[in-house]
Amino acid sequence: MNKYYIPSNMRPQLSIFKNIDKFTVLVYFILIIVGWLSVYAAEIKDTHQSIFDFSQHYGKQFVWILTALVLAVVILIMDVKFFPAFAYIIFGVGIISLIGVLLFGVTVNATKAWFHVGGVAIQPSEFVKYATALALARLIYESKTRTKTFQVIIKPFILIAIPFVLVVMQSDMGTSLVFSSFVIVLYREGYISGWLLLLGILAVILFVMTLLVNEFYIMGALTILGIITAIFLRKKPSAVKQLLVVLILVNGYVYSADYAYNEILEPHQRLRIAVLVDETVDLRGAGYNLHQSKIAIGSGGLTGKGFLQGTQTKFSFVPEQGTDFIFCTIGEEWGFVGSTLLIGLFLTLIIRIIILAERQRSSFSRVFGYALASVLFFHFMVNIGMTIGMVPVMGIPLPYISYGGSSLWAFTIFLFTFLKLDSRRLDLL
Amino acid sequence: MLNSNQSSEHASRRRVFIIIFIILTGIIFLARLFYIQVIDHRYKVYASSNVQRTITEYPARGLIYDRNGELLVYNEPYYDLMVIPAQVGEIDTTEFISLFDITREQFDNRMQSARHFSRFTPSLFQRQISKDSYAAIQEKLFRFPGFFVQPRTLRKYVHPIAAHTFGYVGEAGPSVIENEPYYRQGDYIGISGIEKHYEEELRGHKGSRIVMVDALNRAIGSFQDGRYDTMAVAGTDLYSSLDMDLQIYGEKLMQNKRGSIVAVEPSTGQILALVTSPGYDPDLLVGRVRSRNYRMLQADTLNPLFNRALMANYPPGSVFKTANFLIGLQEGGINANSTYSCPGHYRSGGITIRCRPHPQPVNPITAIQHSCNTFSAIQFRNTLELPKFESMQEALTNWRNHLMSMGFARAFNSDLPHELPGLLGSADYYDQVYGTRGWRALTVISLSIGQGEIGTTPIQLANFAAIVANRGFYHTPHVVKAIGAPDNLNPDYIEPNYTTIDSMHYEIMAEAMFETVEAGTGRFSRIPDIPMAGKTGTVQNPHGENHSAFIAFAPVEEPQIAISVIVENAGSGAAWAAPISSLMVEKYLTGEIKRGWFEQRILDAKF
Ligand SMILES: [Zn+2]
Repeated sequence: MNKYYIPSNMRPQLSIFKNIDKFTVLVYFILIIVGWLSVYAAEIKDTHQSIFDFSQHYGKQFVWILTALVLAVVILIMDVKFFPAFAYIIFGVGIISLIGVLLFGVTVNATKAWFHVGGVAIQPSEFVKYATALALARLIYESKTRTKTFQVIIKPFILIAIPFVLVVMQSDMGTSLVFSSFVIVLYREGYISGWLLLLGILAVILFVMTLLVNEFYIMGALTILGIITAIFLRKKPSAVKQLLVVLILVNGYVYSADYAYNEILEPHQRLRIAVLVDETVDLRGAGYNLHQSKIAIGSGGLTGKGFLQGTQTKFSFVPEQGTDFIFCTIGEEWGFVGSTLLIGLFLTLIIRIIILAERQRSSFSRVFGYALASVLFFHFMVNIGMTIGMVPVMGIPLPYISYGGSSLWAFTIFLFTFLKLDSRRLDLL
Repeated sequence: MLNSNQSSEHASRRRVFIIIFIILTGIIFLARLFYIQVIDHRYKVYASSNVQRTITEYPARGLIYDRNGELLVYNEPYYDLMVIPAQVGEIDTTEFISLFDITREQFDNRMQSARHFSRFTPSLFQRQISKDSYAAIQEKLFRFPGFFVQPRTLRKYVHPIAAHTFGYVGEAGPSVIENEPYYRQGDYIGISGIEKHYEEELRGHKGSRIVMVDALNRAIGSFQDGRYDTMAVAGTDLYSSLDMDLQIYGEKLMQNKRGSIVAVEPSTGQILALVTSPGYDPDLLVGRVRSRNYRMLQADTLNPLFNRALMANYPPGSVFKTANFLIGLQEGGINANSTYSCPGHYRSGGITIRCRPHPQPVNPITAIQHSCNTFSAIQFRNTLELPKFESMQEALTNWRNHLMSMGFARAFNSDLPHELPGLLGSADYYDQVYGTRGWRALTVISLSIGQGEIGTTPIQLANFAAIVANRGFYHTPHVVKAIGAPDNLNPDYIEPNYTTIDSMHYEIMAEAMFETVEAGTGRFSRIPDIPMAGKTGTVQNPHGENHSAFIAFAPVEEPQIAISVIVENAGSGAAWAAPISSLMVEKYLTGEIKRGWFEQRILDAKF
């Protein structure tokens, strides 16, 4: 194991909190407290109820927070060498638990993703994100000196694909897509070219646009755009030829995207996308959640209705108001100002993690940091995006804010593992 | 493989792209949030319709008591089922339609019209669910989000009496809603009778309550601790002048007869009993069944909806001699001592009016007592031909004005509905028929015995009896004695109306009417121990059997009741109207009937 670190006895013994990035810890504390108060605000029925009522989600969330802090301390106490050393083992345990949940798990909301252990529901997939980040970091760390042959490049994709497929088999589309966020890590590490990523993003945008606008208009617009570009490039016949090929490919894609939407997606999946354009198309089904969510957030106005004064979320118009739709309560009670602060907090946290990741000497720590930032960003983007109708509704929580022990524990372990790695960045190579 | 310099250059460029991408996402979210939270106001409107439900608090309509504080009209609770279409989720329609006992088609139609009206405000879905049905429905209602019940009340009657007087209540129609801002779709309004005339007192004031409702249609609590709630103010109770027992008794006596009884307290003008026969049970015109029953009553050939006491126009017949004599005494056509002998008929200028045998000679008192046609005709002609009148027109107009001061030929416009004015031949009318110079006293001589161009309503006759009882004045007859409290008298009818005849002439007529009952045409109806004054009338009816008429008041000194009775097609006044009057007077003054056989004869009679 010596190859991962300089033995700590060669350096002065440090307190476990020494070198921990205080700023990130502060943002973490703000987020969990905002989360706890928001769960309380979202689910309280009667103003006389105590936030410590343990029969309610907000009381339980307090317990989750305390235990999460204990876990954080445990992570900080642990020897930093443990994480790279056990990365594959942890990943293996995670994969086995995913298989276990498929065989022995409990179905909640049509998703077979839960273990019931002594009255507590645990969702292994939350922890598998962490395990995958560890394994991915180790894999990239190991291949850092090698030439990027096809075999080298394909390995991380296979690694990510394993949990992805298993979570898809749990019918948990939202969580499975979280694993796609690792493409950001792969991009940073040079496994994916920027053009490819851009192409991917453009493909998604084009796909969404074909649903909003008649595909023939888009194809027409693209063709006109191509012709104009061709006029500019008329001095370079080879470039015009390439342009022609691209144009045909893109138009073919647009045409087939529409076909895919109509022929391949299940009706309920199509509806989830269709309601983004107009939630009133299905007010009793998929559109209802989105409509109520937008009503709650929209009714918050500039400064919100005030703490515990929200009406939409409290009166259960908004579904899952304490878990996946927790942002509705914040939007309703704290308005645009509060929403801005929360989004600011998340961006600060994610960018801070990226900055910390970049200062790592060990590529293990850097990749792990990017993996954390990517997963956080994906959750942030999808969770808030779905409440305001910019992303299809997928059941994934807002990290540190949504009610739920598995999510809070997993993200706490995730964050503090990175902070531990960061605190020993000079020890790791 | 890139060299390390190139690699780190690439890496930092990629880091920048990643950070830009993340920040860009945040900015797009904020732009979107700014739009839905600050710019777009639709969501705030949706939010308020989501959670606040304004519930109208309907006040209980004022109760109606009789003159002694006995309850006559009250309210019974029931429930209207309301729906807010936007809140109706996936419901088990099959269960719903069986619970409310409606067809699938009705369900669809009502939902459609409710949606058409408004998706977010409540519409009436099913009206008037009884208290008992509601108990069964209540427990299951939570399964049907979007539906809730609105408590309402309906009129209920202690006794099935005085339907015309109470009137009825119905839903405010489109024209009312348009003209009077108080009323909204589904509100109730008094349509006739007391309910209409005292609508503003009875209706009270609606309140409204804003309750917070969750997505499952459960009321969570009041909005802002009820700051915007207004309490419903219950309607004001009314104390009718009717005497419940007398009204019940009057309706009983008039069973199987057509006609009316109007009894008035002379000193106040308060109507003690107002009987129209045939009538109907007031419960028939309450609630859901009202329009169907109304059509049924309308189709009834006996015309129970027709309020004879206020609307029927009868020639008064001999009853009217009393009024004519008063005018004669006042103008000097006769005096208290005028004496004529009656040969059994009056004959002049080819006109003959027959009289019946009676003691001779007759003066104003005995002429009333025996209802002498001859004396009546002579005094009428004397009066019209008095030299002080320069023309027939002037004489007749003078006669007519006296009668109008006694309340004839005009409506009282009191609190009684649909009252008609009756009719009385005027100089203009006769000028039109006979030419200005074409008529004289003899032409209109039938007026002397209350026949011809004359129509009086039963309430006018009762009022006339009250005038004689009062010896010269009346209070406008009215049916609501007090408003709000028994001693808070209805202010509209306190001022007396004086007639144009001096009080001393009334003394003569009062004595004449007393003698009529003591030893004249009405002696058959004399009540032991109660001095009653009355006048019989037999109204010639060209369409069939004569109408029986009688007016009376009692006791003669300090009278407490004045009454008119008409029994259509029953024959002589002495035989039917007078006995009914006497029973009513006995009932009112003593509280009981001592003459059982006398009463039974009336109860058995059918006309
Ligand atoms: Zn005679």
